[in-house]
Amino acid sequence: MSHQAINILDDRSGQVLRNGQDPTAKIACDKPSAAGSVSQRACVFCGARVVLYPIADALHVVHGPIGCAAYTWDIRGAQSSGPQLHRNSFSTDLQEKDVIFGGEKKLTAALRELIAACRPKAAFVYSTCITGIIGDDVGAVCKTLAEETGIPVIPVESPGFSGTKKDGYRAACDALYQLVGTGSTEGISKHSINLLGEFNIAGETYMMKDYFKRLGIEVVSCITGDGRVDELRRCHGAKLNLVQCSGSMLHLAKRLETDYQIPFRRISFFGIEDTAAALYDAAGVFGDPEIEQRARNLVSLELARIQPELRRYRKILKGKKAAIYVGGAFKAFSLVRALRTLGMKTALVGSQTGNPQDYQQLKELCDPGTVIVDDSNPLELAKFCLEQDVDLFIGGVKERPIAYKLGIGFCDHNHERKEALAGFEGMVNFAKEVHASVMSPVWKFVPRRAKRLSTKKKEAA
Amino acid sequence: MIDEADLLGDGPPASPDLSHCTAATRNACKLCTPLGACLVFRGVRGALPFLHGSQGCSTYIRRYLISHFREPMDIAASNFSEDTAVFGGEKNLLAGMANVTRQYQPEMIGLATTCLSETIGEDMPALVQKCQQNIADLPPVVHVSTASYRGSHMDGFHDAVTALVSQLVTDALPHGAVNLLPGMVSTADLRHLRELAERFGLNVTMLPDYSDTLDGSTWADYEALPSGGTPVAAIRTMSGAQATLELGDSLRGNTKSAASLLETRFGVEKISLTLPVGIQATDEFIAELSRLSGRDIPADITAERGRLIDSMVDAHKIVFGKRAVVFGEADLVIGLTAFLCEIGVQPVLCVCGGKTNHFDVLLRSAVPELPGDTLIRNGADFADITHEARQLTPDLLIGNSKGYGLARELDIPLIRTGFPIHDRIGGQRVLHLGYRGAQALFDDLANTLLARKQQTSTIGYSYL
Repeated sequence: MSHQAINILDDRSGQVLRNGQDPTAKIACDKPSAAGSVSQRACVFCGARVVLYPIADALHVVHGPIGCAAYTWDIRGAQSSGPQLHRNSFSTDLQEKDVIFGGEKKLTAALRELIAACRPKAAFVYSTCITGIIGDDVGAVCKTLAEETGIPVIPVESPGFSGTKKDGYRAACDALYQLVGTGSTEGISKHSINLLGEFNIAGETYMMKDYFKRLGIEVVSCITGDGRVDELRRCHGAKLNLVQCSGSMLHLAKRLETDYQIPFRRISFFGIEDTAAALYDAAGVFGDPEIEQRARNLVSLELARIQPELRRYRKILKGKKAAIYVGGAFKAFSLVRALRTLGMKTALVGSQTGNPQDYQQLKELCDPGTVIVDDSNPLELAKFCLEQDVDLFIGGVKERPIAYKLGIGFCDHNHERKEALAGFEGMVNFAKEVHASVMSPVWKFVPRRAKRLSTKKKEAA
Repeated sequence: MIDEADLLGDGPPASPDLSHCTAATRNACKLCTPLGACLVFRGVRGALPFLHGSQGCSTYIRRYLISHFREPMDIAASNFSEDTAVFGGEKNLLAGMANVTRQYQPEMIGLATTCLSETIGEDMPALVQKCQQNIADLPPVVHVSTASYRGSHMDGFHDAVTALVSQLVTDALPHGAVNLLPGMVSTADLRHLRELAERFGLNVTMLPDYSDTLDGSTWADYEALPSGGTPVAAIRTMSGAQATLELGDSLRGNTKSAASLLETRFGVEKISLTLPVGIQATDEFIAELSRLSGRDIPADITAERGRLIDSMVDAHKIVFGKRAVVFGEADLVIGLTAFLCEIGVQPVLCVCGGKTNHFDVLLRSAVPELPGDTLIRNGADFADITHEARQLTPDLLIGNSKGYGLARELDIPLIRTGFPIHDRIGGQRVLHLGYRGAQALFDDLANTLLARKQQTSTIGYSYL
């Protein structure tokens, strides 16, 4: 099947848009995936699990059959500077008899034993598809265990079928919220923030914390990168919330705003423009000219440090075309801008979970002719990559083989990556990785490119 | 009740002792049933795997298979929602099947259930029939029941092979070919098995065969369904084969295996063999090929065997007496254990991650020379393996990437075999089978031990 012959499913035609053709056109989004569409999305459980995963001194127990826990065992790049408990995979591994007679007893025993052995500061208990169906009262089990052990044992409402990945984010925020407000806020600086939706992939949280330390701003809690239960308990004492992955954390930010009057700002640490904007934005909130001056100093120092290297990459990468397909749309904005810094164009962009405002913003940000997709699938992504003739694909592990099979460079920008791509240093790493992939000599042997090279040679001869 | 004192202190210990936490599975050494089924369906030409259940199952399984094979792995799903879970999945299944038929134009759809569709009691044969009645151009649909609370990915794998045979094979005239059911082996293994059979002039139907679909070349244009795989037409006529070679001891006594079914239904001889890892198991496999083809063993195969033995002699002292922990799927563990015993490595712990009936009996009868004090664990997780390994002081681990954490803790090497291998390049191409596979494993093992010796030496000889 050639890529020209790939059809867009009727159910999905509204979820694909060519930018600039019709300025009033709106992309359909925020809807369940069409059956049989091979969506790149996962499920409610996945959304909840990925958000809570980095909380390193908590016990994470998946109540369900083995798959849900096995596929999420130590697959993320989220680091911890201390405990490594989060990197285990604990499951009640439900068997047929449990499905028939209920799994509450097994869950109770599992929690009791694991809490005794692991001494976590809290426990999260994830419900999965069948715990919802067989009617286990996970909440009641958690309550009993919390009383018995003296630590918070928190149910995470995440049966896979009960919505989309986005609903999983919400379930995670609701679970987190049970910890909020239970710790003392004594000693928290008047210049303090929480970082929401920063997951410490490849140690990025350490970099962000360093920036804020240099500004004189205290980070009360990073939610959830390098996360600790005690920090979460007192995060309501911060004066500002900076929300990076807004798709996952806006719900929590809004609750903190309503209940504790903490304002929030949507920011991003991907790309130099966005990183600088985030620092200025945060510094500006406190109305302290010293902090603002420190922010300016930091940005100019860091920029001076990395600009020469970035310029070198830009010279080489200028004019190359990229495709972006990521979980949340907010990251896509940053990536479009980061690619521009490198002189590259975004020819295809999409997300699994963007909302109407996100897509409107993407339309405004992207060049005419850019294809914008919501909740796409391998066939569509391959079709548009080929149509747009891109040189680079930015996505996750599921998108990687699509790119490689077609002779397209690839940069992993998902939670599984092990490279720090945030902040100023991260921008250099990003440029390095993009360069390493786009400029590799191996592409000349890949059929699609080899054909083009030989045509060029013939024309020249 | 928990002792109050246990709750004091500053959070979790660096490496908690999980040995008493037996109610939970801790770092599983197995995956879920639909994964095995999806892998099998990917080994049928033009087939699209389709999961009846939540979207997450397909996405997780795709990602996991991609991490090992590094190839596109499209798995469709009926994408259950809350309504679907309450009222049944018929509407979603029909819509999903129609969508994939149109978009992928598959030659077959391999439909596997999930925990969710099994728990709500979906009547799959009836639903498939509805699809057939309502969707024009629907290709053949083979369905298999793969609730993840029943067995592991290996069960899903074998059940999918059985389902293909049971639902596709019809009466056929004898054609003299040989059916080869390799089990869950690597793409390099599949290619090597085919090559060996062909060296004897045998025409084989290998089921499944994902050697090309999951280890192919790069493409000039996108292939919705990668080329390669066992043709449906060839599966249909497996009834006309002279025999079925079914590899893996776990299927030996299984009267419901695909080979048993071909025997009882169509009278095709079932030949059960240990997975041909190492010399003796490969000898048996080669002997069967020779018997079935009526041909002598080709000289180059004998030469390959000769070189293997020669290298084993050269390096016998390097590996002798080393203590190994072997873990993974039953049949591969049995094969590897047999091989280790052949070269003088002592398997101190042999672990089957899923639950395989009578694993210890199967292992001991396949490897009679296995020392009596070797620990055998069935249905064990990595907390069990860690607990045992800490006391056994092994020199090396043999198994998939999930053992890396333990190897790091014990500061011993991990020889990567089986599935998944997602911390090295070429995991899908690790050759385990035949004399050539044994040679590769042996060299890897011996060289790993030599490298270790160099690394831990204060002198650093370049000549060993």
